Amino acid sequence: MNASLAYTRYELLRTFRNARFFIFSLGFPIVLYYVIAGGNKNVSNLNGSGISAPLYFMVGLAAFGTMNAILAAGARISPERAVGWNRQLRITPLSVRAYFRAKVITGYLMALITLALLYAAGISLGVSLPAAKWLEMTALILVGLLPFVAMGIYFGHVLTPESIGPVMGGTTAFLSLLGGVWFPVSGTLHDIAQVLPSFWLVQASHVSLGGQAWGAKGWLIVAAWTAAMSALAARAYARDTQRV
Amino acid sequence: MTDIQLQGLTKSFKAPRGVVEAVKGIDIDISRGETVALLGPNGAGKSTTIDMLLGLLPPDRGSVSIFGLPAREAIDAGMVGAMLQTGALIRDLSVRELIAMMAALYPAPLPVDEVLSLTGVQDIADRRTQKLSGGQTQRVRFAVALASNPELLVLDEPTVAMDVEGRHAFWTTMREFAGRGKTVLFATHYLEEADAYADRAVLMARGTIVADGPTTEIKAMVGNRTIRATIPGADVADLEALPGVTSAEGRGEAAVLRCSDSDAAIRALLDRYPTARDVEIAGAGLEEAFLRLTGEERQAVAA
Repeated sequence: MNASLAYTRYELLRTFRNARFFIFSLGFPIVLYYVIAGGNKNVSNLNGSGISAPLYFMVGLAAFGTMNAILAAGARISPERAVGWNRQLRITPLSVRAYFRAKVITGYLMALITLALLYAAGISLGVSLPAAKWLEMTALILVGLLPFVAMGIYFGHVLTPESIGPVMGGTTAFLSLLGGVWFPVSGTLHDIAQVLPSFWLVQASHVSLGGQAWGAKGWLIVAAWTAAMSALAARAYARDTQRV
Repeated sequence: MTDIQLQGLTKSFKAPRGVVEAVKGIDIDISRGETVALLGPNGAGKSTTIDMLLGLLPPDRGSVSIFGLPAREAIDAGMVGAMLQTGALIRDLSVRELIAMMAALYPAPLPVDEVLSLTGVQDIADRRTQKLSGGQTQRVRFAVALASNPELLVLDEPTVAMDVEGRHAFWTTMREFAGRGKTVLFATHYLEEADAYADRAVLMARGTIVADGPTTEIKAMVGNRTIRATIPGADVADLEALPGVTSAEGRGEAAVLRCSDSDAAIRALLDRYPTARDVEIAGAGLEEAFLRLTGEERQAVAA
């Protein structure tokens, strides 16, 4: 357990020193938020969604930023595999579980910082919710990130360091767009979007409408994605015991 | 007393043209405190053997025991340190932080400062790992292997990326560490490294062990030392007739005698030819032993 804690500590230290990672998962969503939501901060019912623009985009960009942070934490397995670091770790007492745990904790910590920054930005543009709603929304986002934890670990195992950047960029762009990060989706797009995990992250803003933000459908889809991505990640890991 | 035991290790890989048997049932026993070279050309099965020893690769057949424990348990107990053949370092940490992180994973590590000074990386301790030269990276990888204060140190072709000076410093450190009663197994295809730094050499070729013994004994198997001298008025046939000489060559006054017993040969030579001068006696070196032994193996396979 001490080994696991120590490794997590250095993993965090490494993450905080990676400037590019920092700017993209923390700075970028904030800047985009002010650009997109700042212009229409008085819109109280965005495209008939019943949600104010500052709140809608706050959660949209939180979904975008946390998705990036979580995926990136797992994806960092790829360069570590490429240089043989995973083999070096396998001949230490650090368990594979502890190695993954360090990645997941790092990803979630980055996600929490992203959330805190965006909540502060949201409040500055007039977002106001009861404390219970803030908590409920945060909890839904944290649960909604589970499929992305497994997806990041999966990418980290099947992609080379050269291909992982474009694949991650494309994946987050696609999932953000259809998930409704940039605008609420409607019509046929809405039907497609509902089966994506990113849609339910953005959907967390529906706590402001009262009632259940997700419903059984949301929970089921998030659970299905988590199970499927975890199975893929586990299989990729099992195939990865050979020399690289 | 056998402290590290590889028994009947066998490993095959699927290759495009059928199954390749990389390691064909080898046995190696190592006692605590020994420094053993695993010597062989590329493709001999050295790295596959080391991967099986370290539990990175499950053997098809056979077993590994490290101080009485399976590989995984010995590793968890912090008994094993290794420098693998390929590998770089993770970025965004200083050298000191990297060693501290590795040390923190083990139950009874060496103090970080001791590891840094032992491997000669104190002067780059605060540099980020991504800013190191190739030779510096190798030294830090060595420091990573020593961080746990392992009883068994395994080095897979450790000096490949080092310059001559770096190699010398590396082996000096290795000897110093081995001098603490540690057991060392290193793979190399540099014959002179095995000769100079190991107590014992295990020669591998094509997945089998072709010889295993003290490096001096391996040389003795091929036998032979060579006497070179300037011998005025000598005749090749007379030189060949000297006791202990197996063959002689002469060019003018310079002669080369291959000996099965160089002690007897040199006494007889100086007795018979008191004017002999510029005498040199040289061991054959592992190179010759190696070519001879693996050459025999090749013939045996062909037959």
